[in-house]
Amino acid sequence: MTDTKTRNEPVYVVDELIAQDIDAYLEQHEHKTMLRFITCGSVDDGKSTLIGRLLYDSKMIFEDQLDALTSDSKKVGTQGQEIDFALLVDGLAAEREQGITIDVAYRFFNTEKRKFIVADCPGHEQYTRNMVTGASTADLAVILIDARKGVLVQTRRHSYLCHLIGIKNIVLAVNKMDLVDYSQEVFDKIVADYTGFANSIGIESFTAMPISGFKGDNITTLSANTPWYKGPTLVEHLETVEVISSVDADKPFRMPVQWVNRPNLDFRGFSGLIATGAVKPGDKIRVLPSGKTSTVSKVVTFDGDIEEAVAGESVTVCFEDEIDCSRGSVISVADNPPQTADQFESTIVWMADEALVPGRAYWLKLATQTVSVTVQEPKYTVNVNTMEHMAAKTLELNEIGVAEITTDKQVVFEPYADNRALGGFILVDKMTNATVAAGMINFSLRRSQNVHWQALDIGRKQHAALKNQTPAVLWFTGLSGSGKSTIANMVEKKLHRMNRHTFLLDGDNVRHGLNKDLGFTESDRIENIRRVGEVSKLMADAGLIVITAFISPFQADREMVRSMLPDGEFFEVFIDTPLKVAEARDVKGLYKKARSGELKNFTGIDSPYEAPRSPEIRIDTTKMSPEEAANLIVDTLLGDA
Amino acid sequence: MKTLTHLERLEAESIHIIREVVAEAERPVMLYSVGKDSAVMLHLARKAFYPSPPPFPLLHVDTTWKFRAMYELRDKMAELSGMDLLVYQNPEAQEKGINPFDHGSLHTDMWKTEGLKQALDKYGFDAAFGGARRDEEKSRAKERIFSFRTSSHGWDPKNQRPELWNLYNAKKARGESIRVFPISNWTELDVWQYIHLNDIPIVPLYFAEKRPTVERDGMLLMVDDERFPLKPGEEPVMRSIRFRTLGCYPLTGAVESEAKTLPEVIQETLLTTTSERQGRAIDKDAGGAGMEVKKQQGYF
Repeated sequence: MTDTKTRNEPVYVVDELIAQDIDAYLEQHEHKTMLRFITCGSVDDGKSTLIGRLLYDSKMIFEDQLDALTSDSKKVGTQGQEIDFALLVDGLAAEREQGITIDVAYRFFNTEKRKFIVADCPGHEQYTRNMVTGASTADLAVILIDARKGVLVQTRRHSYLCHLIGIKNIVLAVNKMDLVDYSQEVFDKIVADYTGFANSIGIESFTAMPISGFKGDNITTLSANTPWYKGPTLVEHLETVEVISSVDADKPFRMPVQWVNRPNLDFRGFSGLIATGAVKPGDKIRVLPSGKTSTVSKVVTFDGDIEEAVAGESVTVCFEDEIDCSRGSVISVADNPPQTADQFESTIVWMADEALVPGRAYWLKLATQTVSVTVQEPKYTVNVNTMEHMAAKTLELNEIGVAEITTDKQVVFEPYADNRALGGFILVDKMTNATVAAGMINFSLRRSQNVHWQALDIGRKQHAALKNQTPAVLWFTGLSGSGKSTIANMVEKKLHRMNRHTFLLDGDNVRHGLNKDLGFTESDRIENIRRVGEVSKLMADAGLIVITAFISPFQADREMVRSMLPDGEFFEVFIDTPLKVAEARDVKGLYKKARSGELKNFTGIDSPYEAPRSPEIRIDTTKMSPEEAANLIVDTLLGDA
Repeated sequence: MKTLTHLERLEAESIHIIREVVAEAERPVMLYSVGKDSAVMLHLARKAFYPSPPPFPLLHVDTTWKFRAMYELRDKMAELSGMDLLVYQNPEAQEKGINPFDHGSLHTDMWKTEGLKQALDKYGFDAAFGGARRDEEKSRAKERIFSFRTSSHGWDPKNQRPELWNLYNAKKARGESIRVFPISNWTELDVWQYIHLNDIPIVPLYFAEKRPTVERDGMLLMVDDERFPLKPGEEPVMRSIRFRTLGCYPLTGAVESEAKTLPEVIQETLLTTTSERQGRAIDKDAGGAGMEVKKQQGYF
C-alpha cells in the first residue's frame, strides 16, 4: 500500500513542478481523487494545530492570511510568540467573542495525490449535532488523543458517533508524542486500551499512529523520533485509503430521481445523482415504487452520451419505454430492487432545541422523497459517554435514540448500513421548517410488509358518482367558543337542503365515543386529530362531504390531515374569533375554569393556538353573522363564490 | 471500476445541488457576476439540465461600474446559454449618482447590497444561486450550502440548518429566501482547472495584457473608461497586468503579470503567496470580521 521510496520525501513540495512544468502539474492535479474526512477532538488535543499544519504545509495559507494570523497569535493566541493555528480554524466573530466554536467548518488542502476536504467540528455543547453533520459526508475520521491523557470519555464519544454514522476508516492519532518523550510504551498502552473499547462497540479495524502536530512528527515524513513506528505517515495514509464512492460503485445500481428533463416531446430523461452501482445503455431497470420495468436507451450528459456512468456521477437517463417516473422515484437495476415500506425502526439524532413530540407529524426527506411521518416514543436513548441504553419518552437536543417511524406513504429505502443515500434521512418541523433531526433506517417493520392494500372494485370515484357530488372535508378550526359548532351545524343544514350527502363530526361528540380514551395532553390532542382525520378520510372515500368542528390548535396536525386527502378536497375553515371575544362569550364556562387553574392545557390560556397561515376560508366572526358565514362557506365549497 | 477524480466529484455534487433547488424552490434565479466563479457556476447549470436550458434566469445586479469587457461577456453568455438575462440597477443609486470615487463603501452598500435586495423583492425570487466558495474567506468556511435569509434578507449565523449527507432542506416560510452556493467546496485552483479543462469562456481581463493603469493607495487600478477621474499629476501608464478577481473597475486592484494563457495564470496563482480576496477593498472594512458583518447586512 505504501511506496517506501517516497517515504522520506515531503509530499507537499510541488513548487518546483509548478514552476518548471505547469502542464505536467495540471495533468497530475486533474487526476487526483478526493477524500473527505473529519477530525475529532477538542482544542486541547491539538486538533486545530494539526489542521493548521496540514493547511500550512500544503500552502493553503496565504501570506496575507498568515500576516493576520501572526498578529492575532500575539494578541489572543495561547502559544506565546509562535503561530497559534487554533486561530486559523476559528471562524465567526460571534464565536470568537464568546470563546466558543458552535459549528462545522470546512477546510481544503491538496497533496500530490489527492484533494482533501476536512470537516472541522469543534465545540462542546453542540458536539453531537456538529460531529454527526461533519461525519455524514466523511470517508474517514481522525480521532485525536492526547498522549499524556490516553483514552478519555470524549474519545469514546467521538468513536461511537463516527461508528454510528458508518465511517469505516478510523485513524487513531496519538498526538503530542513530543510531550511523552516519544515513548513506545505510552503509545502501545493507549492502542491496547482503545482496541478493547473499539471491539466492544463494533469497530472492526482502525489505524493507530504516533504523531506530533506541533512538531510535525509522522505528519508528512516519518519521524526519526519514533524509529519503533513502522506504519505510514498520516498524510500517506490519507492519500491511499479507499474512498466511499469507489465502494459504492460495486453495489447494485440505484439512482433517486431529482428532476424530469423534458425540453420537447421527443426527449424525456430522468436526472439524478447515482447513489450506488453503474448504469449503461441496454441495462434492464425497474422504477420504484411503481415497480415498472424498462431498458436504458441512453445516458445523457452535456459532453455527449456516455457508455457508462457510475456512483457519484450526476447524469440524465432515458428509457426505451414511456413509464411512470418522477421526482422521488428510484431507478434501480431490474432484478435486485430496493424495498418499499411505511414503517421503520430507525436511529435518530435530535438536533433542535425543541424536543421530539411523539405522534406529531414531521416532514421526512430521504434521497429525493419527502413524506409526512410520525415518530413513536423512543424505545431507548443511548448515553454517548457510556453507551448505556436508557428509557425515554422523547428526544432532547443532542440525544440519540432508537424509535419507530411511520410514513404516510410508501418510501423506497435500504437499511443505512447497506446504502447511505437510501437509508439516511432528515426530519423537518412543519411549523418552523427547521431541520430538527437526522436519522438512519435500521430496518422496516414486518407489519407494514405484510399489510397490503386490498384492491376493491367499488372505489371512491364510484361512491361519489352515485351521490352525484364531489367529496370534501370542511375542517373547521378556531378557539373554544369561536362559533365552530354553530356555523358548522348551519352549513350542514344548508347542504342537506341542497340534497348533498354530509356528515358532521363534532369535537365533544367524538370524545364521548371513538376518542374517549384520550385526554388533553399535547400527544393526546395530536392522536385525537389523527383519528378524526382518518375517519374523515374514510367518509370522503365513501363519497360524503365531511364537516368537522375541532379546536385543532396545531398547524402541523391540520397539515397532517390535509396530506391524507387528495388535492382540492381539504378546506381549512378558520373561524377567526379573537380570544377576548370568545372568552367574553364563554358559552360552556370553560374559560372561567381555565383562568382559575381548574382546567389545564386549555387552548388560548395555557396552551397555544396556531392560527392557519393560508386557510381556504377565513371567517371573521366580528364582522359576519353565522348565517352569512355559512353562506360563504357553502358557496366556496360548491364553487359559486 | 472507474474512480472519480476530485473535479468529477465536485461537478456531480454541484449539479446535484442546482437540480435540488430547481425541484424544490418556486422561483430560483442565478446571480451572475460575470467573474470566473460565476462562469463555472453557469457552466454547471447548463450541464445540470442539458438538453434543456437551465430553467431559471440570470440576474446581474449591476453597479454601472463594471469593466467594459465584463458587460460584453455577460451578454454573450446569456445568449449562448439560452437563458433570460435580468439586469438590475438600483434606481436610487442611479439618481444620486453614487460612484466608487466619491462615495467609498456607500457605493457597495447601495449598488450591490441594496440593489440585490431590491431585485430579489421585485421579481419575488425565493432561491438565488451564488458563486461563493468556502476557501475564499474565513467566515465562509462555516457557511452552509443552503443559507437562509429572513424576509428582510438578514443572515443569522446561529440559526442555520445542519446539512447532512446530501440532503438539503429547502422548506421555508413565505417571504423567506435561500442563497445557495453550489461551488462551496471548490477551491480557487479547482475553479481555474475546471475552466481550463472545459474551455469555459471567461473575461479576457484575467489574462495579462498591456493596459492603461494608475497606482493609487497601493492598488494598481485600470483606467477602463473616461469616467475615471485622474488626480493632479496622475498619468495612465501602460503596464502588463491582469486581474485575479473582477468587480467594479475603480475598486479592483490588478497585479502586474505576464501570464497570457490559462496554464500560466494557474502557475502564477499557485506560486503567489497572496490570497485572492486581497485585491478587493471590501474585506478590509471593520477589521477581521469584515465579510461577516457585510453578510449579516445582506451582502451576498
